[in-house]
Amino acid sequence: MRHIISVLMENEPGALSRVVGLFAQRNYNIESLNVAPTEDATLSRLTLTTIGADHKIEQITKQLNKLIDVVKVVDLTEGAHIERELMFVKVKATGGQRAEVKRTTDIFRGQIVDVTANTYVVQLAGDSAKLDAFIQAIGSSTVLEVVRTGVSGIARGEKVLSL
Amino acid sequence: MELLSGAEMVIRALADEGVEYIYGYPGGALLHVYDALFQQNKVTHILVRHEQAATHMADGYARASGKAGVVLVTSGPGATNTITGIATAYMDSVPMVIISGQVPSDFIGTDMFQETDMVGISRPIVKHSFLVKQAQDIPATIKKAFHIAQSGRPGPVVVDIPKDITNPSDKYEYIYPKKVKLRSYTPPLKGHSGQIRKALNMLLEAKRPIIYSGGGVILGKAANELTQLAKQLRLPVTNTLMGLGGFPGTDNQFLGMLGMHGSYSANLAMHHSDLILAVGVRFDDRVTNGISKFCPTAKIIHIDIDPASISKNVRADIPIVGPVQPVLSEMLSLLKEGKSALNEEAINAWWKQIEEWRSSRGTFPYDKGDGSVIKSQMVIETLCEVTKGKAYVTSDVGQHQMFTAQYYKFDKPNHWINSGGLGTMGFGLPSAMGVKLSFPDEMVVCVTGEGSIQMNIQELSTCMQYDLPIKIINLNNQALGMVRQWQDMQYNSRYSHSYMDSLPDFVKLAEAYGHVGIRVEKPEELKPAMEKALSIKDRLVFLDIRVDPNEHVYPMQIKDGSMRDMWLSKTERT
Repeated sequence: MRHIISVLMENEPGALSRVVGLFAQRNYNIESLNVAPTEDATLSRLTLTTIGADHKIEQITKQLNKLIDVVKVVDLTEGAHIERELMFVKVKATGGQRAEVKRTTDIFRGQIVDVTANTYVVQLAGDSAKLDAFIQAIGSSTVLEVVRTGVSGIARGEKVLSL
Repeated sequence: MELLSGAEMVIRALADEGVEYIYGYPGGALLHVYDALFQQNKVTHILVRHEQAATHMADGYARASGKAGVVLVTSGPGATNTITGIATAYMDSVPMVIISGQVPSDFIGTDMFQETDMVGISRPIVKHSFLVKQAQDIPATIKKAFHIAQSGRPGPVVVDIPKDITNPSDKYEYIYPKKVKLRSYTPPLKGHSGQIRKALNMLLEAKRPIIYSGGGVILGKAANELTQLAKQLRLPVTNTLMGLGGFPGTDNQFLGMLGMHGSYSANLAMHHSDLILAVGVRFDDRVTNGISKFCPTAKIIHIDIDPASISKNVRADIPIVGPVQPVLSEMLSLLKEGKSALNEEAINAWWKQIEEWRSSRGTFPYDKGDGSVIKSQMVIETLCEVTKGKAYVTSDVGQHQMFTAQYYKFDKPNHWINSGGLGTMGFGLPSAMGVKLSFPDEMVVCVTGEGSIQMNIQELSTCMQYDLPIKIINLNNQALGMVRQWQDMQYNSRYSHSYMDSLPDFVKLAEAYGHVGIRVEKPEELKPAMEKALSIKDRLVFLDIRVDPNEHVYPMQIKDGSMRDMWLSKTERT
């Protein structure tokens, strides 16, 4: 099963490499990963998605918790949560394609954020499945380049991941 | 206000931490620190002959004393030579602080002479590591390093210090912090009381209970509590390789080591038990054998300070996260309240069964032969006899290690020092040196083999320099015995690279280093030679003992079987 694991950790040099290294060392896989400082600049929030049986995920969270730089770990998929990913897609946009791409972008509630005579850059946010669906809808022959941030997530309700 | 240079701070912080000995080797990136070391007399430095040996010395000291051992090495090859020793300490949860020199900050990443990314290279085998960015941070970083290394589940911590930060002309205020607090690191101080009560009730209701205890009992200083609990509840006890000495080896309730080369009765008792009290263990593959067939009728109570060890390999019915000493103490005080009693009848029947297993085979039986050849087992039995089971015994890795674990009866914790997790050949001699240095009045014996000893034999020179009169028992079978045993059992005796036909004359070699060498070839010479070696108190004695090259270690569990599936000799199996 796919899990979204959120890690609150010290914003220190080397902290990220310890997390990534742990996954390599223990043969866990990372589907996506993103990390940035929080409102408190001494802390970073890292979100990663991984796939594994419950037993494996339990080990992953325990091993993450053992890292000295890690303050807190939560498996967001254990409860109600919101997940989003941001994507930029550079697409071919010439002739009739221009209107078609625009229409599809509107349907997916994306925005065109850069325009040239031959290309558009589409910006789209949503869960991973929605982004996949957009690429499929627009057709791979149209797509020139895709950049995705990886999943970021937060728990619904009053639960907070903080110090 | 006291002003010190970074180099002086390093040494001063170690002194303030109460460190007596450090083990190391100088080099370019550390010369400022070595100069500061020269100008003080609180911390004594031991110059090894290879950095790996420095880590094993620190390790031996740490295992015997319970305090972190300290290693000082230079950048590049100095640092990389410590890697095996750091991994050894990491696998066995040994507290250690490794201070490594680094090229100057501005040159990091330029492939400078003797540069290596020590923090990166050691990352998977340390509990934590630091790269110091400014001299002012040195005292607090060293304090944190000791705190992390010694608390919770202990482990090695690397502190990498670039050369410019130790510059003797840049002085800063020195304050050594008394305490350290890390918001992201709070090891548990006690177990969950509800779980402890539940566990005790389960234990009292059990009909065929057994204690399976490991290195966590030694590291967690809980041998007394474990022994009391076992005594009060009349529980049979088995120890892992790392746990020997956690319960008295001469006690009748002790069934011997369990696992791959565990005793017949210990492995059978585990397999047939209905409740396993697992204390400070990690259900290692060398214990459980085939995990799907592991102890089919047993419920499991698992006490460990590391939550990641619980339910990692085998699911625990009652997990208790906490240091073993307070958890066992809490169980003992609950017992004192005495609300529920032992299931006497069931325990009597269980012991009757165990005694049957034990008397049918003895604990570790072996074929003594016709008396013309020395058997390795005999050597360890004799060693135990002449040292009255009181020596600190270190070992290397292989058959001699298993024989020592089987036949030396350790009554006290911290006396059996071996590389259990990583299985590091070359560990025995330097770890014995680390013990002897800090416990000069104790008997310290290194049991080794002609393969292992040659992996760090250069340290005989260090022993001479620092006058370390340890006793080396070299079980010389002229073959890599454990490799050969597997080749006998699984590869139709094709001895691929498992024997050596160009061994040195170890007696002459010992003498060349300035020590006493004695060769022992006949069984009747064994005891007198050992007595003689022990009577020479002020010299290192190297006993080169020629033992049967065809001997195997038994029992040996059969791969992927259950705990009770064992070879009992070359021809018999369960």
